[in-house]
Amino acid sequence: MIPVKFDYLAPTSVEEALAALGEHGDEAKILAGGQSLLPVLRMRLNAPEVVIDLGGISSLRGIRDDGDAIVIGAMTTHHDVRDHALVHEHALLLSKAAAEVADAQIRHRGTFGGALAHADPAGDLGAPALALGAQFVIQGPGGSRTVEAADFFVDLFETAIGEDEILTEVRIPKHTGWGAHYEKFVRVAHQWPIVAVAATVKGSIDEARVGLTNMGSTPLRASATEAALAGATATEEGVREAAELAAEGTNPPSDLNGAADYRQHLARVLTARAVLKAAGA
Amino acid sequence: MTKIELTVDGAAVSDDVEPRMLLVQYLREKLGKTGTVIGCDTSNCGACTVHLDGTSVKSCNVLAVQANGRTVTTIEGLADTAEGDLHPVQASFRECHGLQCGFCTPGMIMQAVDLLGENPDPTEEEVRLGMEGNLCRCTGYHNIVKSVLHAAEGAKA
Repeated sequence: MIPVKFDYLAPTSVEEALAALGEHGDEAKILAGGQSLLPVLRMRLNAPEVVIDLGGISSLRGIRDDGDAIVIGAMTTHHDVRDHALVHEHALLLSKAAAEVADAQIRHRGTFGGALAHADPAGDLGAPALALGAQFVIQGPGGSRTVEAADFFVDLFETAIGEDEILTEVRIPKHTGWGAHYEKFVRVAHQWPIVAVAATVKGSIDEARVGLTNMGSTPLRASATEAALAGATATEEGVREAAELAAEGTNPPSDLNGAADYRQHLARVLTARAVLKAAGA
Repeated sequence: MTKIELTVDGAAVSDDVEPRMLLVQYLREKLGKTGTVIGCDTSNCGACTVHLDGTSVKSCNVLAVQANGRTVTTIEGLADTAEGDLHPVQASFRECHGLQCGFCTPGMIMQAVDLLGENPDPTEEEVRLGMEGNLCRCTGYHNIVKSVLHAAEGAKA
């Protein structure tokens, strides 16, 4: 199928895009890489009157060093996040997770900011962004504001981005030299995870950050697991107790891929695997 | 209607298109490049894979207007040699019989070219992972993987 008719705007600056958004309000939809939006438009699950394409705004692409953080432009593709030297050095977990998004073709088009703003709880980037304490820079008519990851993800497909605002970049506090692994459980290739666990650890193991994908309506942090991993030994025995806590406080969906209790079981098993691989064990 | 100007298989083209027109529709219906096929229309199968500014994309998941000012290469423009010649990856698919019904082949070849560009000497597992966005409903993966590995071997020789 082809989408319902819409008007197409291709601004070349964030200010122009914000003006267009201000003018058209909730009749408009922002197009980033389009890898989630275009299927939705084609299936006619949504029919915006105006599509505002951010593809022509070059300032939204790229990754830079900013002292104690790296800053990823919202329109940077998954492919570029996966391969960028700064990401490898300071936020390896994001590279590992970006490598697992869909397939090569989609990673060439899909964007880091677009995926996070879409906020699909089965998306691969929310949990690692949350685990790394990402800060979301959101621009609106009144200027820029920064939202902490814990406040960014509000609900299913819902974020702190207002109707007249655009996510411009994401600051990732440096986790230089931390080991990382994204353990994704799927039934078929290039699919959304049934459950996935994003783990990054300092040493083996001084400190750990663990994020959960598809274990509730938003990405979740496995806080009890993180606390129990501090000072743990990177062996199956050493992480078992901490991994047992991974499903605490989660509220995963039940669907044809698995019931909620099965997902909680997966979260515990995958957490142990992810943490051990992150620690190089 | 929105005016677009782009390069497709080496030729400059320009057209007025509806913004909702998909790149794959534009290639097939406006330019007659039916070598690029529509398999699933849900961005799963990869049969419509083309290169946009040199990297592989699913052309059912790109609007024609998003290709404005850019360069598209389809299966029809892959071999830039004399008429009748094949691109080495196309030749490899023929030699290894990397197809059954052939419907997925254009997309498979375009993705294989992208994969080998990034990783000229892949392992079998890297080929299987790198081609995960392309489905063969005949399940003829064995010879497809062989074709890609054979092309990599040929490029080394």
